[in-house]
Amino acid sequence: MEVPPRGGGQVTSAKRVAVLGVGMHPWGKWGRNFVEYGVAAAQAALADAGIAWTDVDYVAGADTIRNGYPGFIAGATFAQALGFQGTRVSSSYAACASGAQAIANARAQILAGLAEVALVVGADTTAKGFFAPVGGERRDDPDWLRFHLLGATNPTYFGLYARRRMDRFGSTSEDFAAVKVKNARHGAANPNARYRKEVTIEEVLASPMVADPLHLQEICATSDGGAALIITSVEFAKRHGLQPLVTIDAVSTMTPVYPNTVIEMPNFATDSSATVALPERGFRPSITAAVYEEAGIGPEDLSMAEVYDLSTALELDWYEDLGLCGEGEAEALLRSGATAVGGRIPVNPSGGLASFGEAIPAQAIAQVVESVLQLRGQATGRQVEGATVAITANQGLFGHGSSVLIRR
Amino acid sequence: MDGVQAVEGFFDPETQSLIGSKCQGCGTYAFPAKSGLCGNPRCMSDQFDLVPLSRRGTVWSYTSASYQPPHPYVAADPFVPFSIAAVELEAEGLVVLGQVVAGVANADLKVGMEMEVVTDVLYSDDEGNKLVWKFRPVEVAK
Repeated sequence: MEVPPRGGGQVTSAKRVAVLGVGMHPWGKWGRNFVEYGVAAAQAALADAGIAWTDVDYVAGADTIRNGYPGFIAGATFAQALGFQGTRVSSSYAACASGAQAIANARAQILAGLAEVALVVGADTTAKGFFAPVGGERRDDPDWLRFHLLGATNPTYFGLYARRRMDRFGSTSEDFAAVKVKNARHGAANPNARYRKEVTIEEVLASPMVADPLHLQEICATSDGGAALIITSVEFAKRHGLQPLVTIDAVSTMTPVYPNTVIEMPNFATDSSATVALPERGFRPSITAAVYEEAGIGPEDLSMAEVYDLSTALELDWYEDLGLCGEGEAEALLRSGATAVGGRIPVNPSGGLASFGEAIPAQAIAQVVESVLQLRGQATGRQVEGATVAITANQGLFGHGSSVLIRR
Repeated sequence: MDGVQAVEGFFDPETQSLIGSKCQGCGTYAFPAKSGLCGNPRCMSDQFDLVPLSRRGTVWSYTSASYQPPHPYVAADPFVPFSIAAVELEAEGLVVLGQVVAGVANADLKVGMEMEVVTDVLYSDDEGNKLVWKFRPVEVAK
């Protein structure tokens, strides 16, 4: 009972949209209202695009849920903060993948001819410490139950994945720490990163243990930040004289296929593999496979990747899920230097979550911002020379995959 | 063991078994027990039998809670770090999370090691013990 892969398979220029502008508010722990960061990012993207706010005819907001009452809906909230001008608006919630869904919404509107200039924007303000479930005693909510019954935080899951790599593939703590060292070096050159200091393996391993085998410096922090894109039709971008023409060629926002046999937040059990045949691919590899198929390319065509390094070890899982190497080979790929800037296939040239910390609804958008800067040759100090094809990959709580393919 | 379940419906403290469901349509298992429609998209059955799951399985992976988890976890004061294991139940094809009993460190665990489900105290309050399922290495139990 194999479920066929989704996606059109046929790539046509009609599926491309242009990225006319990008903008960010620097990541940090600023303690202000998230709307402020989103507006700053939107203004930066508009300025980068050379577009007036009143020329935007679609706003795709990526929602945050941690800042109060449900009326704080991102799309209209940002539109109001920029001055209501009657634009159509949408709001997406997909946990860490919210930004990719907002991109997918804007892209579909433009490809359908229903909009011409879209603002995609996401921003967040986060509390200190572990993410915790929303309030109330909710005994039918797996997110509440996993904290209450098991004390299973998000790093618990990162620790499980990391330890499994060690026991199966012989990965070492030094391998994991080396991911942090690489990303910190990249992030040190990124003015929008929160942490801009290089670290050593010894410093990483000397930080307190959080979820064995992962130390504090190997688990992404929670941050404030905002990111925005101006997305237009390719025709509009050409009329506008966009040079180089950077386009989004494929977007994946898929769910897992039953049975998913990897334990995922916030669940405390997997699906059953006892009677139903396994899908062709696990969830994470299926997310990027859908993007490769839609864009008509493969991992060998990539210049760079921005992946969701919620932990150091998870970045290594992504190498394999992206098809950059075979299962169990990610540590060797890392040690070869291939995934550092200057190597064959740099991963997280932005510095990744290791240097940013996670501002949930902004993060998938920020991955695309970095990709666009790299493809334009504007990533000063961390530039992937001659980059032409970038992929982003991310996974949101509750079964939200996301991947975006960007080209020039 | 005296006490009541911290949250009803996940295990039987007497038999020390997790309680899952088996779909009457396609036979797939689920933990926690399923309600609504079967998770198998080609099944669509809404009829399930409650079944006790295998008491033994093998370690899929393991980690530690070295920092105190936030509310709604009820931590002892002072907080005592503990281990968490994901254990694969072969017959049901499920990997289930659970705390590891006190006294077992991560260094004592290994992927593939045999574990069993036991009833243990999650926390105690004015009303008494609140119980939950935990995992214990079979070797230690002997």
